Amino acid sequence: MEAGTGTKGTAASMSVMKRVTLIFRSKANKALDRMEDPRETLDYSYQRQLEMLQKVRRGVADVATSRKRVELQMNQIQQQSNKLEKQARDALGAGREDLAREALTRRSSAQSQLSDLQAQYASLQAEEEKLTVASQRLQSKVDAFRTRKETIKATYTAAEAQTRINEAFSGISEEMGDVGMAIQRAEDKTAQMQARAGAIDELLASGALEDVSGTPRDDIQAELDRMGAGNDVELELQKLRGELGSGSTPELEAGPPGGSDGNAARNSNSGRTAPAPPQTADGVQPSPGNGAPTAAEPTIPASDVGESAIPSADPPRTSDQP
Amino acid sequence: MIVRILGEGQLSIDDPATAGLSDLDARLTAAIDAGDEPAFRRALKALIAGVHAAGTPVPADSLQPSELILPYEDADLAEVRKMMTDEGLIPG
Repeated sequence: MEAGTGTKGTAASMSVMKRVTLIFRSKANKALDRMEDPRETLDYSYQRQLEMLQKVRRGVADVATSRKRVELQMNQIQQQSNKLEKQARDALGAGREDLAREALTRRSSAQSQLSDLQAQYASLQAEEEKLTVASQRLQSKVDAFRTRKETIKATYTAAEAQTRINEAFSGISEEMGDVGMAIQRAEDKTAQMQARAGAIDELLASGALEDVSGTPRDDIQAELDRMGAGNDVELELQKLRGELGSGSTPELEAGPPGGSDGNAARNSNSGRTAPAPPQTADGVQPSPGNGAPTAAEPTIPASDVGESAIPSADPPRTSDQP
Repeated sequence: MIVRILGEGQLSIDDPATAGLSDLDARLTAAIDAGDEPAFRRALKALIAGVHAAGTPVPADSLQPSELILPYEDADLAEVRKMMTDEGLIPG
């Protein structure tokens, strides 16, 4: 519209307010001129007012629908953001700073989408409020017009009615013009939001918000799950070791269960035939003179301890572990 | 004098207060002529604030026409230019 300065210069040199006012008035007068009997204009105008009321109410409903859609998206993205934050925490806890970094990067992308949506939401809410107020104002004016219309029709001849009608008519038609513009603006805004909301729905569906880098969708979670599973196995092992260590055959703990074959071989070669009880690290070994634990020890090779000892050494406890 | 702010409704302003508003209106007009968006924005904001300060709301069931009509506060230059032409934004 920069180019308009030259052509519109003369129009604009009149006061802006006056010019806009004149335009409104000329529209109202055009509508008035359509009817032969000015009293017909009243009924015609009233019909249009009712239509306009319908339209503004539909406008309010449309904006509300749009707003709710944005709200829904905000919730979805917020959940995603929370999930990414948890993933980042988990990843860091597991010593995977790279994964944590990736999760936080995605989270910041989700957050920026979120603040964008918050702005849209506020704008739609403002539009909805404006239209609601406009709708109430128009309703008041339409009611007033209906009363006036009936008075004019009952009391005045066609000739006399003209001025009265003009008065009532210019007031209401100005309101109609105003409300019409408000509806148009709300529709434009809603259409823009719908387009953006559609784009965000697609984004959410594609998982692109969860995945800014183009790698498979839930790769952070998959990695964490893998690590989690690995950790669980390690934890289980640790637990079992602990249980075995405090049991009646403490020396079994000395051999690394499922440990490297090299160590196991070395142990069996060098240490296993030597007196076994002192090998236990936790100091719960019975006195060498006891004899009871050592009886079983030499017959079990270190490499077998991991598998065979678990079911035989303490069957009831293994059952309560998943 | 009754002034309408589009999208907002009508306000009644005592005559003495209108002189100050005319100055603001002149500034707004100049900004539109010059195509100066920032100046236009400031002038429109000031004009609407002036109307708010000097005016009292007209009851909703009044059917009086306004003597002056002002664009809505967040209107941009292009929109106001359209309002000032016959085929413009105002529904017929």
